[in-house]
Amino acid sequence: MATKAFQRTYTRLQAITKATVSLNARGVSNDELATVNGRLAQIVKTKGDNVTLQVFAGTEGVPTNAEVSFLGAPPTLRVSDQLSGRFFNAYGHPIDGGPEVEGEEREVGGPSVNPYKRRQPSELIPTGIAGIDLNNTLVSGQKIPFFADPDQPYNQVMADVALRADVDKIILGGMGLSNDDYLFFRHEFESAGALDKIVSFVNTTEEPPVERLLIPDMALAAAEYFAVDKNEKVLVLLTDMTLYADALSIVSNRMDQIPSKDSMPGSLYSDLAKIYEKAVQLPDGGSITIIAVTTLNDGDITHAIPDNTGYITEGQLFLRADPDSGKVIVDPFRSLSRLKQLVQGKKTREDHSQVMNAGVRLYADAQNAKTKLENGFDLSDYDLRCLDYAKEYATRILSIDVNITIEQMLDTAWEIFAKYFSPAETGIKQALVDKYWKK
Amino acid sequence: MSTTGKVTGIVSNLVTVTVDGPVAENELCYISLGSTRLLAEVIKVNGDKASVQVFESTRGLKNGDTVEFLGKMLEATLGPGLLSGIYDGLQNNLTTMEGVFLKRGEYTEPLDRAAIWEFTPIAKPGDKVCAADWLGEVKEGWLPHKIMVPFSFKGEFTVKEVAPAGSYTVDKTIAVLTDASGEDVPVTMTQKWPVKVAIKGYVEKPRPQKIMETGVRVIDTFNPIAEGGTGFIPGPFGCGKTVLQHAIAKQGDADVIVMAACGERANEVVEIFTEFPELVDPHTGRKLMERTTIICNTSNMPVAAREASVYTAMTICEYYRAMGLKCLLLADSTSRWAQALREMSNRMEELPGQDAFPVDLSAIISNFYARAGMVKLRNGQTGAVTFIGTVSPAGGNLKEPVTESTKKAARCFYALEQNRADQKRYPAVNPIDSYSKYLEYPEIQEFLEETVAPGWVEKVLKAKNIVRRGREMADQINILGDDGVPMSYHESFWKSELVDFAFLQQDAFDNVDALCPMERQKFMLDLILGICDRSFEFANFDACRGFFKDLINTLRQMNYTEFQSPKFYEYEQQLQNQLS
Repeated sequence: MATKAFQRTYTRLQAITKATVSLNARGVSNDELATVNGRLAQIVKTKGDNVTLQVFAGTEGVPTNAEVSFLGAPPTLRVSDQLSGRFFNAYGHPIDGGPEVEGEEREVGGPSVNPYKRRQPSELIPTGIAGIDLNNTLVSGQKIPFFADPDQPYNQVMADVALRADVDKIILGGMGLSNDDYLFFRHEFESAGALDKIVSFVNTTEEPPVERLLIPDMALAAAEYFAVDKNEKVLVLLTDMTLYADALSIVSNRMDQIPSKDSMPGSLYSDLAKIYEKAVQLPDGGSITIIAVTTLNDGDITHAIPDNTGYITEGQLFLRADPDSGKVIVDPFRSLSRLKQLVQGKKTREDHSQVMNAGVRLYADAQNAKTKLENGFDLSDYDLRCLDYAKEYATRILSIDVNITIEQMLDTAWEIFAKYFSPAETGIKQALVDKYWKK
Repeated sequence: MSTTGKVTGIVSNLVTVTVDGPVAENELCYISLGSTRLLAEVIKVNGDKASVQVFESTRGLKNGDTVEFLGKMLEATLGPGLLSGIYDGLQNNLTTMEGVFLKRGEYTEPLDRAAIWEFTPIAKPGDKVCAADWLGEVKEGWLPHKIMVPFSFKGEFTVKEVAPAGSYTVDKTIAVLTDASGEDVPVTMTQKWPVKVAIKGYVEKPRPQKIMETGVRVIDTFNPIAEGGTGFIPGPFGCGKTVLQHAIAKQGDADVIVMAACGERANEVVEIFTEFPELVDPHTGRKLMERTTIICNTSNMPVAAREASVYTAMTICEYYRAMGLKCLLLADSTSRWAQALREMSNRMEELPGQDAFPVDLSAIISNFYARAGMVKLRNGQTGAVTFIGTVSPAGGNLKEPVTESTKKAARCFYALEQNRADQKRYPAVNPIDSYSKYLEYPEIQEFLEETVAPGWVEKVLKAKNIVRRGREMADQINILGDDGVPMSYHESFWKSELVDFAFLQQDAFDNVDALCPMERQKFMLDLILGICDRSFEFANFDACRGFFKDLINTLRQMNYTEFQSPKFYEYEQQLQNQLS
């Protein structure tokens, strides 16, 4: 942030915590930015003349006589087409060695779209991954996270999805990315030759955690510029939102707020919703789709972060290792795309939703059979067929390394059904069985 | 002179104001921010300091900014034209706002002041009237919208004059009333009412007498909700809460439906106002949107207005109930409202209750549920507000304050179950844990025996029992193995699966299966119970499974087929063949 003329400067801090400083100051406004010994900070509380600032880079080494200057405005980002192909830090400064972006200065974390002005999402986003396209179809304007344990290859899957998706811009918001993952994304984007349609805002683990709080707002301000001003289809990738929420809890803790579940601030739901609800299908054709990553602790989705996320997002994609097929699969039980019925059978073939349901139902039967097997019971003929089916279904449909069209996915599913079951056992509508059953 | 004040503290949307005169709890005020004014509500007063929650973002607000108190609480504007409206939590009309983004401080008029309504008088000069008595009516779509004596009028009035039949705007005086002291008061078609106060003006609130059909089998047959009743749907995310609620909104047998999207996803609201104008109300043949009002305060809209949104929605329902209409209020989700209370309580540094929720949470929830109910009006007619709220329990664990408080207040409990949802057994309402207290009401039992069939309640209990037994058998089979149990265990288990697959499960996305009228529910239940009454002989459990799977398949095909169509009877015949 450039310093400006006539800015008010103070040099007496009254309190310092690891994430915040307090001082007496007048005439400052809520959410305004300031610098504390050159580090960027933002007003989070005023009480009479006493002002509390959240210092993004942390307060290590900040003395009580630190110089505090107020900048008179909330965080902003300069937007223009020059953003394309560039890498920025949490403050919107280039980290790729290139020049600063010129353009209009916009406030980040701005107002919400009037719900009445939204349009119903209706455009399919094919990814080639059958566990997604067949069972959990994505739609533009949707917001959906990957729920994955830290050892799952979620960043690779997300990069695959992004590069295969037919969108105009991809905006990466990296929070607490390891340096290796940051370089992975850079390499993937560069080698796909798609760099000119990608904008990245990155906070790595080497940087202070509170800085991450700026990343989603920066990424979404850029996304809104392309979606609203340019009517483009924008895909926003946010990884890892768990680390974002952790940063929220650090700040709230330092401000002595009473924590709610799992030491998270009581406002976690609203804080996350403010980000995810930026996903939108706009009336003039532009759209913002958000694919995020929420890492889990040993698959526990009852933790406050995945739990609140699940209530906000339009479904979730659950990755897990499948011991039977030896592949990482998109779990058909825990995964869900809430908007899938907006495109299934409308933008895809008529048998889509019934094939999807039958496939998952039979897979559930296979899980029951497996439980029986584990408990040492005899298996019926049906159970045995289910087990064989499950293995093939996992390998050919659920595995994340599948890359085929939706039509091929449906045909594959019919083929596997016919191999192991009778039409009645699938419970599919007779009319569709008559038309598509592989004899 | 009205009270004014100055901002002296800001934490997010909680602002402390030093005031120069009297202020009331829940009084509204405007905070000036440059040329815009932000609406806020007093939630606590301490000496000359008032804590106010701002219904907007407080970005840019400064200490010393001026505040002007309005001397009134948050009010809903009531009058013809509310139906098919799309409002935010403060009843601003979202459809008349300009621009794609919501602008701070933009407040729009709830009613179209220029719209012309065809008025027909009901009261005559000389009539003695009280608050909520009918003076005349206008046609709002196809609904008779009564113009009433304003609810705020106290005591008895004499009608001095009523406007003749004709076309009027809402602000035109349509009647003049004389109060006890002889003073004349004009009445228009519109009035205001503070949303946090229940609208009374009825004679009594009797116990519910009938059920409200929803076309959802697991509700209407297994756990019926009464007209004027209360129910709630708790469930972890991804269990189909919203799909179930939308199904009820589409098919519920009510004159007026108010949907409060409280802190939920904006795209769900978009779905409603995209689809409802196209969908047809199965009871009247009119477009669904004509009977629907949407109050939407989505999760990214200001938190403080979330609380207001459910109260605004309830007030609109109570207004239509006073016209003798059947109203249904659906609030999704009451947990978000509780969380909004928690956020404010936390910022005010109050001592927290369980899970950091405010200690009076339980009282607030039960007061709100108590506003539902069937009422008897002064003219002998009845009206009803049925209320169904969803609850989003943290981590899907029902032992949390919002679920527990709601369970005390609501009479129907539709527990959505992760396990059922995982198996795609939709609607994922747990058939054993869920309940409707109304099934135990003698009035409701009598109603069901009369309108559905004699002996109906007994049949329902029998079906529930089959499901319960089946679950016990499944546990036994899982412990002892397929071969370790007698064949009768398998038979019991598969009979419960038959009830589950052919009756409890219902495809909300299938045009035919989505809506199942009571007559059809009765037919199917009789058919299924008839099968369950038989005893069968099987060579082995494989044969048992195969037999019942075939039956289930045929019954499901029946569910997908137009009721009593030739194809339907064809499947029924097929079923009989399978049985013999």
